[in-house]
Amino acid sequence: MKLTGAEIIIKTLLDEGVDTIFGYPGGTVIDIYNALYDYQDQIRHIRPSHEQGGVHAADGYARSTGKTGVCIATSGPGATNTITGIATAFMDSIPLVCITGNVASHLIGKDAFQEIDIYGVTMSVTKHNFMVSDVAELQDTIRNAFSIANSGRKAPVLIDIQKNVMQSMYEYEPKPSLPLAENPEFEKSEIEKLADYINKADKPIIYAGGGINSSNASTELRELMNKANIPAVNTIMTIGVLGPLDQLNLGMVGMHGKNSSNLAIENSDLVIALGTRFSDRVALNTNHFAPDAKIIQVDIDASEMNKNVIVDYAVVGDVKEVLTELLPLIDANKRQAWLEQIAELQKDDYQAPCCDKQIKPHQLISYVVNQLGEDLIVVTDVGQHQMWTAQCCARTKPRTFLTSGGLGTMGFGFGAAIGAKVGNPDKPVVLFTGDGSFTMNMNELKTAVDFNVKTTTIILNNHTLGMVRQWQNLLYNKRFSQTDINHSFDYVKLAEAFGAKGYSCKTVDEFKAAFADSQKQDGPVIIEVLIDQDELVLPMIPAGGTVEDIIME
Amino acid sequence: MKKMRVLSILVKNNAGTLTRVAGLFARRGYNIDTLTVSATKDHRFSKITLTAELDDIMLGQLMSQTAKLQEVVSIEELFDHNSVLREILLVKVAVTHECRSKLIEIANVYKGVVVDLSRESMIIELTGKPQKIDAFINVIDNFNIVNFCRTGVTAVQRG
Ligand SMILES: Cc1ncc(C[n+]2csc(CCOP(=O)(O)OP(=O)(O)O)c2C)c(N)n1
Ligand SMILES: [Mg+2]
Repeated sequence: MKLTGAEIIIKTLLDEGVDTIFGYPGGTVIDIYNALYDYQDQIRHIRPSHEQGGVHAADGYARSTGKTGVCIATSGPGATNTITGIATAFMDSIPLVCITGNVASHLIGKDAFQEIDIYGVTMSVTKHNFMVSDVAELQDTIRNAFSIANSGRKAPVLIDIQKNVMQSMYEYEPKPSLPLAENPEFEKSEIEKLADYINKADKPIIYAGGGINSSNASTELRELMNKANIPAVNTIMTIGVLGPLDQLNLGMVGMHGKNSSNLAIENSDLVIALGTRFSDRVALNTNHFAPDAKIIQVDIDASEMNKNVIVDYAVVGDVKEVLTELLPLIDANKRQAWLEQIAELQKDDYQAPCCDKQIKPHQLISYVVNQLGEDLIVVTDVGQHQMWTAQCCARTKPRTFLTSGGLGTMGFGFGAAIGAKVGNPDKPVVLFTGDGSFTMNMNELKTAVDFNVKTTTIILNNHTLGMVRQWQNLLYNKRFSQTDINHSFDYVKLAEAFGAKGYSCKTVDEFKAAFADSQKQDGPVIIEVLIDQDELVLPMIPAGGTVEDIIME
Repeated sequence: MKKMRVLSILVKNNAGTLTRVAGLFARRGYNIDTLTVSATKDHRFSKITLTAELDDIMLGQLMSQTAKLQEVVSIEELFDHNSVLREILLVKVAVTHECRSKLIEIANVYKGVVVDLSRESMIIELTGKPQKIDAFINVIDNFNIVNFCRTGVTAVQRG
């Protein structure tokens, strides 16, 4: 059967199992939208207010469901608007397929209206990208994009399609999906060597990263911990993979991690790094990271070996496959002395303050997550509120905590929350954001209203770009340059203007009442909570520092 | 310890492949000394040969990062003992009547060929291992070199 390129795009997406697209129309994708018109009952299309929000939504959808996020944007400004979203997903290894239109083939290179070389521009923020100028390649290219996005270390892939390709006719014979590329193979001897390191260690610690999430290896990880009493620390990307119910999980490590987690790494004799990349927010000072320990590493991406920290032994492989082979070789071990030592360290951990009247961030976040249970999907923006949420959101299931870890993108939150809710209509979704981050992409409130996406947005309003202010406070002699936001914004009116319900609260009681009421609403809600401007995220190890430099008060 | 490495990369012959490889090196801060691209027997693939000063860790990073590119089929290190490495030099030297024959004499020792000769200058072509080219340039350094061009290393494994 002969179809237009645009129809081939939709057909192939349907074949690949796509039922949700986040996209924004425009001149060079109008043919795709024309084709989509006939498939409205099979594909749910969400149109954001801005393409960046659309990509964040596709990303939130992917993070929360484990599926591939799909987005569409028109050429030129539509395409460039996607870049921050794509880069955010790229840094956190999230699979996306982004389709952009481009001008017709005969106009390419002529600086035509809304022509941008998005292929060139996105090369460094995608795993791979394609430029399609021949309709004969369309189906294969789309199938290839899905395979690449989900093979090995997952990532976004962009397909830039010239307008005339969408209009050309071509025979459409559905082909099967391309298989994923094989995971890297490893030898039995490599696993034995890993086991040997672990069995010989007295004070091992697992440093578990986002790769555990990508490879769905949380069960195997727990087995390893429990079988040999190996404590673990999690990164911000593994919140929910390991949770407060895991006795052996010490909690978050790194710049704003627990003192005991950082000390456990410092005191260990073996660091077992699983699906993680020794980022500079964890291995803050690579020369002093786990100074007395051997370091072994498992990662699906060979280029993560010896990138930031030199390791003693590494196996390239899917962490789930490696752990499955490894488990039978691990000796049961009580490791009593080590666990006692850690318990001792935990006694000195930072305790977040509580207050009956004034709203304290930790208290507020804990209250909300307790109210909404373990299925709640928590989303954050970037700043102090993100770290407070990471510290106490107490997630116990994978894919229930969504945050921009690697890129730290303010404005990620609202789009991501919309995507999460669209992908999980039965689960509550709460976004914790800051006054700065919220204003970056608050236009997406309109999207939530338009598509009736029921999200709860809680704005921790400190009237400042709090995280930057914290650095100015602690490291820059309190020279608060350009961080305080003194606008007297009326969030309630704002919400109402968008057609949503808004609340503003100053005290714990006010918040509890507002929150209770907000959960009875049918549409999206905004709750502003006023918090103190000088509230800090603690503990904190300054960039490049070690546990010795930790700030606890 | 840093040393000179020769890497041979087989890539798919698609538009943009070289940009991807070069872009990767630039963004990861890998300093490349020479880079050549050539066709291969199979027109679907091209061969990139590059040289760079790298220690073992940097080499591992460069190789594994490059291997991640979808269009890279394979990447391997080539060694002097198992590969033939060659480079071409074209050097233009300003000459006077007195020094012309002296220069030709030196070029002969290196099996260089005079490919252009005028009253004021001559161009010598020399093919050889990079070390030989280095040595030749070094020897004629006290002549009045106008400019020179080296192709960068190209290489094929022996046997
Ligand atoms: C797009 C973007 N611009 C700038 C920054 C730098 N930055 C990091 S945190 C932060 C402050 C965030 O303020 P807010 O959203 O109010 O959160 P708070 O720290 O006050 O909780 C800034 C400006 C960033 N991460 N992302
Ligand atoms: Mg703020």
